[in-house]
Amino acid sequence: MPNIISSVSGRGIPVRGNDIDTDRIIPARFLRCVTFDGLGEHAFEDDRLQLKALGKLHSFDDARFSGAKILVANANFGCGSSREHAPQAIARWGVDAIIAVSYSEIFHGNCVAMGLPAVRVSQSDSEALQTIIESDAKTVVSLDLNSMQVTAGGKSFACQLADGPRKQFLTGQWDALGELVDGLPQVRAAVQKLPYMNAFA
Amino acid sequence: MSRNTLFDKVWDRHAVRMLPSGQTQLFIGLHLIHEVTSPQAFAWLRERKLPVAFPDRAVATVDHIVPTENQARPYADGLAEDMMQAIERNCLEFGIRLYQPGSGKQGVVHIVAPEQGLTQPGMTVACGDSHTATHGAFGAIAFGIGTSQVRDVLASQTMSMSRMKVRRIQVNGTMRPGVYAKDLILHILRVLSAKGGVGFAYEFNGPGIHALSMEERMTICNMAIEGGARCGYINPDQVTIDYLRGREHAPKGAAFDTATAWWLSMASSADAEYDDVKTFDASIVEPTVTWGISPDQGVGVSEAIPAKESFAEGERPGIQEAYEYMGFKPGQAIAGTKIDVAFIGSCTNGRISDLREAAKVLTAHGGKVPASVKAFVVPGSEAVKKAAEAEGLHLIFIEHGFEWREAGCSMCLAMNPDKLKGKQISMSTSNRNFKGRQGSPEGRTLLASPAMVAIAALEGKVTDIRNVLK
Repeated sequence: MPNIISSVSGRGIPVRGNDIDTDRIIPARFLRCVTFDGLGEHAFEDDRLQLKALGKLHSFDDARFSGAKILVANANFGCGSSREHAPQAIARWGVDAIIAVSYSEIFHGNCVAMGLPAVRVSQSDSEALQTIIESDAKTVVSLDLNSMQVTAGGKSFACQLADGPRKQFLTGQWDALGELVDGLPQVRAAVQKLPYMNAFA
Repeated sequence: MSRNTLFDKVWDRHAVRMLPSGQTQLFIGLHLIHEVTSPQAFAWLRERKLPVAFPDRAVATVDHIVPTENQARPYADGLAEDMMQAIERNCLEFGIRLYQPGSGKQGVVHIVAPEQGLTQPGMTVACGDSHTATHGAFGAIAFGIGTSQVRDVLASQTMSMSRMKVRRIQVNGTMRPGVYAKDLILHILRVLSAKGGVGFAYEFNGPGIHALSMEERMTICNMAIEGGARCGYINPDQVTIDYLRGREHAPKGAAFDTATAWWLSMASSADAEYDDVKTFDASIVEPTVTWGISPDQGVGVSEAIPAKESFAEGERPGIQEAYEYMGFKPGQAIAGTKIDVAFIGSCTNGRISDLREAAKVLTAHGGKVPASVKAFVVPGSEAVKKAAEAEGLHLIFIEHGFEWREAGCSMCLAMNPDKLKGKQISMSTSNRNFKGRQGSPEGRTLLASPAMVAIAALEGKVTDIRNVLK
């Protein structure tokens, strides 16, 4: 059952800073769970509390950004722990796509596997997009995976996504499980050539 | 594009087919499972009525949530107890081996698999844990994955992936006394940055790497992920073979010789080509301590916390954030920083050689941990604990004022009762100094080697280990 994702449109939410790790996105205490349900409300919880204590507001607490669909971040977003709880928390908060300068590879792999497009833009474009949505939170940000363009506030920005994941979204095959299981006969044949599966198993 | 490296050889031998997306369907030789990232994956299998394709290629243990003091069931933390019951039920239902507490084989998953001989050269390894990179020390290609991919590997023993580039990290020279594998990797991270490795597999090579023991090599590869590299590896050599011989799941007799020949053949060839090469000199590395909130924010113990101006302009907001969170000022010496907690353990430095080095420092320096410091040792596995106790290491730790605990991840990520309080500063042998990582949203972490943590525990402050080992 293909679930094609070719574009995402909605208001944006900025999260500024390089190297935002998955412990910050979802602190470890919330990983004591056997489902991902309810993680959305805890996204960035400790960062939010700390800013609140300083009389400041994290974008995830800022009413202007409530209902936003597109998260705009900077470099090496989602580094650290492999916890899929991080993109799950972001998605369950309401985000349908991420735009950032770069991602940790595990985080990005998790996003693809759960059907959350995560594209790259240049550092200056990420900051420009953040500035646009900060100055007018009502701005609609549109991500088009066919043209690989992001538009916002009358401006257009080129974005990147590796061919494999892009094709997975555009053909609705981002959930690889079906294909991987379909390939099991080939898997069973191929592993016979691996000596640790027979010669010295 | 790289050619004839170990990465290329392992990738090519495990590539089953090209998927319509252009990604590779890659076979996973060893799937390691723990309680935190697997319950949702098993639930998805049930939803789709799928069995585990190769249950014999999967091994599970429990580490993240396991209490290190009172392990009596049910656990005091009901959520932790639920997770334990979930993994017990899942492993039973799907036919997967589970190393439980009390089995003698439980421990941090990245310590357990190598000590049982499960991790072998030339294999692909996957685990729902970023520190899976550790297994690369054997010349395996080991990927940390998320829960959706844990599901994929359970159902098909494969995952959909794109090839990465290969960077050779050539380490020449020899580390000086008081400098350990942990210092070397912290130094490499400092130079190449936390994101410098994105898109790369790191091959650690050169005389400075091949002089290391297997346990030291695991410390190096463990932290490849902190440099952005999804995997790090070291070509197998005689040290690797000697470590594997006689381990429970290593081949036996003539099969071991067959295996050895294949394992060594998987090493990068003399004519291997790399996408990039970076060269380091191990002899200039100092005992290294992190001062900030990212593992690449480290300095030699004789250095001061660097000025913002010494970083690229784009990095400066992050550096400012690190000063503020840590309560440190640029120009301030890292040596002499007072600590509240000393933690020795984790998949980075919770192995027997780590405990030996720490105990050696306690004996050489003498004295006791002051009342102002909470110091504790968490062996990485039940086997490490047993070995340490057989050598009497636990008595040395206890005599000098450390607590001696049961095996688990403990305060590396504080998903269990071991947590910092308030703004406490912990000097820790673990791998991450992220904000809030050790269980207090304001807690602060200084990463260092076991020897440096041991001496800091006794002195109550960051201290140059070379002053003790003189």
